[in-house]
Amino acid sequence: MSDKPKLAFYWCASCGGCEESVVDLAEDILMVAGAVDIIFWPVAMDFKKNDVEAMEDGSIFAAMINGAIRTSEQEEMARLIRRKSKVVIAYGSCAHMGGIPSLANEFSREQIMEFMYQESPSVVNPEKIRPMLNFKHNSQNVNLPEIRNLVRTLDQVIDVDYYLPGCPPTPKLLKQAVLTLLSGEFPPKGTVLSPDEALCEECPRKESKPSDLSFKHFYRPHEVLLDKTKCLLSQGVVCMGPATRAGCEALCISGNMPCSGCFGPTSRVRDQGAKMLSSLCSNISENDEAGIDGVLDGIPDPVGTFYRYGLAASLLRKKITEDV
Amino acid sequence: MPDKKYEPKIVAFFCNWCTYTAADLAGVSRLKYAPNVKVIRIMCSGRVDPQFILQAFASGADGVLIGGCHPGDCHYSEGNYKMLRRFRLLKRMLHTLGIDDERFRLEWISASEGEKVKIVINDMVEKLKVLGPLSIPKQISVLDEELREITEEHAEPLTGREELSHV
Repeated sequence: MSDKPKLAFYWCASCGGCEESVVDLAEDILMVAGAVDIIFWPVAMDFKKNDVEAMEDGSIFAAMINGAIRTSEQEEMARLIRRKSKVVIAYGSCAHMGGIPSLANEFSREQIMEFMYQESPSVVNPEKIRPMLNFKHNSQNVNLPEIRNLVRTLDQVIDVDYYLPGCPPTPKLLKQAVLTLLSGEFPPKGTVLSPDEALCEECPRKESKPSDLSFKHFYRPHEVLLDKTKCLLSQGVVCMGPATRAGCEALCISGNMPCSGCFGPTSRVRDQGAKMLSSLCSNISENDEAGIDGVLDGIPDPVGTFYRYGLAASLLRKKITEDV
Repeated sequence: MPDKKYEPKIVAFFCNWCTYTAADLAGVSRLKYAPNVKVIRIMCSGRVDPQFILQAFASGADGVLIGGCHPGDCHYSEGNYKMLRRFRLLKRMLHTLGIDDERFRLEWISASEGEKVKIVINDMVEKLKVLGPLSIPKQISVLDEELREITEEHAEPLTGREELSHV
């Protein structure tokens, strides 16, 4: 093998969109492939866990791990890759903040198992068979990873150096990140590799955002015809722009859809959902409980709206069970 | 069953102009109220960022109490309305996330209502005693025990495990 820096990609609880975003580098992937050796990338290349185990500790220059951590296998692989890598980057919303998979933290593992293997309308399972962790067959042990009680962010399981936000991160940010790392000038540990300002700052509709939003009604995008030029908040649609980090160049807004928050908060905010809730509510036009509640009826699922990509990284992390 | 010795921990955010002054009044009037409250003085209930409330629960509070001026009386004209609007949605969200409605309370208490400070705090403490501890840090640390299992799990060879364990 050559002396080029070694790069690894791995996926955990994710949809595959992050892998897609690497391919979306298009011809730039040749630049990346020319500058580094990709030595592990299960979705695209034929290397095995054994190959990684055989490497010297710290011999991988950088590893990009996408996906949340839901199973014992993902924990094990994340720890293995951490040991072998100088720099670990949490790639995409799921690794960064838990992502959409972490909305599962609204339910206990038992609730999820019961639904998936018993109660779901498409399941017939009168014997209530559940997947087993291990099973002896012809004197051989067959093992399955364990589903953990919580969906976790990558940094709740291993030490993470940098974060590339987004669902998925844009090819532009990935390219910048690779070039930054190759330049040898490392940003401070823990940096989110995207501009540290609110999305509104780079939104093409910024000029049409009124200083007083004064919400009288919230609409979901399918309930209303949206003006393609005006600030979506001014049209009564929950746009997460004010509480979300910039860097995507307002991709969703360009498609006339509101920001749903996949880049997470800026560095000044600890809990993105709480901050968005605060900002929206402050601007409601009503002053009495009934009037306020009437406006808030337009947000039927606050957890799914404000923590769509980050329940695992939020302050509460999960649905609380009072009887523990 | 709730533990008899259990004493709930309440974090209270009182606005400088009304409720904090009322708590002061309760003190100089020698009114006795339950010692379970840690009062944090803020300039206005409108300054209470929902992050403060979540942080209080996540750090082990059993309840969060917010005290502000009566509607129309805010020193900054509408800070208390901002808090009320946040409260209505945050309460619904906390309910979805499994936190009982009694654990999160907003009260309008004017500077002259020392008695109301006493009544509200005593009432909240009684209700929280019935609910028992929330203990979010403990819940998370119990769940995080599973992260430690893995090292041992893979250190030992997987042979000889005859029994079937279900997920």
